[in-house]
Amino acid sequence: MSTPVTTAPRSKGPGYARLRTPRRPSTVTRPRRSVLLTVLTGLILVYSLLPLGWLLINATKTPGGLFDSFGLWFAEDFALWDNIVATFTYDGGVFARWLANTLLYVVVGAGGATFLAVLGGYALAIFDFPGKRAVFAVVIGAVAVPGTALAVPTFLMFSRMGLTNTPWAVIIPSLITPFGLYLMWVFAAQAIPRELLESARIDGAGEIRSFFRISLPLLVPGTVTVLLFSMVATWNNYFLPLIMIRDPDWFPLTLGLNAWNAQAATAGGEVVFHLVITGSLITILPLIAAFLLLQRYWQSGLAAGSVKE
Amino acid sequence: MNTSPRRLARGIGTALVVVLGLTACGSGGDDGPTSASAAEIQAALDEGGSITVWAWEPTLAQTAVDFQELHPGVEVEIVNVGTGDDQYAALQNAHSAGNGGPDVAQIEYFALGQFSVSGAVSDLAGFGAGDLEDLFSPGPWNSVTGGGGVHALPMDSGPMALFYNQDLFEEHGVEVPTTWEEYLDAARALQAADPDVYITSDNGEAGLTTSLIWQAGGRPFTVDGTSVEIDFSDEGTARYTEIWQQLIDEDLVSPINSWTDEWYQGMADGSIASLATGAWMPANLSSGVPSGAGSWRVAPLPQWAAGESAEAENGGSGLAVPTASGNKLLAYAFIDYVTTGEGVVTRLDAGAFPATVAELESEEFLSAELPYFGGQQANQIFADAAAGVADDWSYLPYQAYANSIFNDTVGQAYVSDLPLADALGRWEDSVSAYGVDQGFDVG
Repeated sequence: MSTPVTTAPRSKGPGYARLRTPRRPSTVTRPRRSVLLTVLTGLILVYSLLPLGWLLINATKTPGGLFDSFGLWFAEDFALWDNIVATFTYDGGVFARWLANTLLYVVVGAGGATFLAVLGGYALAIFDFPGKRAVFAVVIGAVAVPGTALAVPTFLMFSRMGLTNTPWAVIIPSLITPFGLYLMWVFAAQAIPRELLESARIDGAGEIRSFFRISLPLLVPGTVTVLLFSMVATWNNYFLPLIMIRDPDWFPLTLGLNAWNAQAATAGGEVVFHLVITGSLITILPLIAAFLLLQRYWQSGLAAGSVKE
Repeated sequence: MNTSPRRLARGIGTALVVVLGLTACGSGGDDGPTSASAAEIQAALDEGGSITVWAWEPTLAQTAVDFQELHPGVEVEIVNVGTGDDQYAALQNAHSAGNGGPDVAQIEYFALGQFSVSGAVSDLAGFGAGDLEDLFSPGPWNSVTGGGGVHALPMDSGPMALFYNQDLFEEHGVEVPTTWEEYLDAARALQAADPDVYITSDNGEAGLTTSLIWQAGGRPFTVDGTSVEIDFSDEGTARYTEIWQQLIDEDLVSPINSWTDEWYQGMADGSIASLATGAWMPANLSSGVPSGAGSWRVAPLPQWAAGESAEAENGGSGLAVPTASGNKLLAYAFIDYVTTGEGVVTRLDAGAFPATVAELESEEFLSAELPYFGGQQANQIFADAAAGVADDWSYLPYQAYANSIFNDTVGQAYVSDLPLADALGRWEDSVSAYGVDQGFDVG
């Protein structure tokens, strides 16, 4: 494996000296190391983890400690537990309610969005019907339209239907993910061998049966990808609930935390930065858990299609 | 630099709101009664029903509980739909949509004009509010009345005072200023003693500037129905710009955005030594700067000339009844209870600052020793300020929008060589142009 490279130099250009140095060929098990690349990735790692570290450290501080101590190190008193208790009990325990709301929006909204995307993507990938090109154009077009541009029309429409200020105003728009549909469409076209479906039909399976029994297991990696995307999107969704929901009882965590943060900018308001920080930390924990639990399905999905069976 | 994303978003939001509100007053039809006698209101209370209140003021919760105990048939739901501009956006949207609005809404005095001009809030004079003038201190009462109508009942007020970090002033041997001239000297002295210490922070904040012009005797806004005059060339404005220009030129004010975490931090670590603001500030100080307890004190607002006793308001809000309210009698009964009845005492006990003369003059209120200010009887200073507020000030009928573009125009004076007076002129131009676009007769 460690045969030195003995290529004769074609010219005496600037690369000559480097060509002479012995170098192990790079393989999957023993990748070539590059100091520059390692440093760069390291920097990006620090850059990505710094806010998280800041959040973790500052969630342990008292309101006074937040301003009196160095931002990236712990204050004298360790108040993490007090802060967590205060976060869940402040203002009549409204934080728990917001957490439950967010879970509802994610389970029904993102779950429903994934289900619809799988059904639609599969149908578009497997069946031929007139107008498919038009559907394709609509889906691609929908991916290109920013959600923000649709917010006001959606608000006015929902307002006429009397759905604003109800959880439906958040759930129904979340059910539609053109990008998820497109992803599932492409994925289903690649992942499901037509021969398999043909043989299922020959064996007498109906379309519904072959979808659930044969296709769905094959679609798991793509499904998990769409699920993760729509979960994160719904969990972090701020703008849609902002314009739709007035009643704090239906706030998701994003709006609730912002409301707490805004108290500091209100004449006569109570400043609760420590609760905003602790609440933010609690808010990201379920997402981290979901990623850790679902990532193995996702990884197998990324590898799909890379090997000819 | 000076326009934080949040502020920008707010500005855009407010702009949208005003456009929607003034061009598309959608709610026609039956808007309910415009007047009622005390007996009719009492009958409505006996009959019962439910009302929704949009407010962010924390002391209202207990007041609503008490009100419901007094009137068992009535249900009051307090909803915090956001503070300030967020709530106004929601309110104006509901008004434009013609549904989904509350029965009672908390509206700050500076923003009330926007809602009364567009007809979004009821004139309460027909319900008996016209007889309440003597109950309220002059600043707040003037803020809720205009064009012959009473558009809200004053809930609290913000007579201004100077909040300062006494320890810091003593440490550097600087006297607490009683005039703005002395304030300028104090700012220089603090900077000279420690370059990290600024007397205050300001990077162009509409609330502070307009309040100080108010105190200096300037009356830049004249409003009569839909005809508006804007003029920053009067003597009062000149008094303000003369001193403030020097503060800016000599870099004596810290360029921190108000109401941010940096701002609270600046007050906690001693880099912001004082604050000229409304009497509601103690609540923010005690929760936002807990480590400052015992160090901070209150002094009367510095005067523009020695021996004067001119005061101004900053902030404060009233409770209004939107025209689309489905239960105006109950709504009025509730705001009457909160602003003139027993509710005032409940709210005072919870830390609110009153707008009513009786409370502002009561011995118990005046002699209260505020623990955050080292036991100082600070209410006395606030009450004196409330009594001295000139009552001929008016805000624009679209002040919320005007304030949202303040930092983009006047803010330039803080970061470039543009003189403050010229920057105010730019604000005047932008605000005038906007007013014309909205159909106001701007002179």
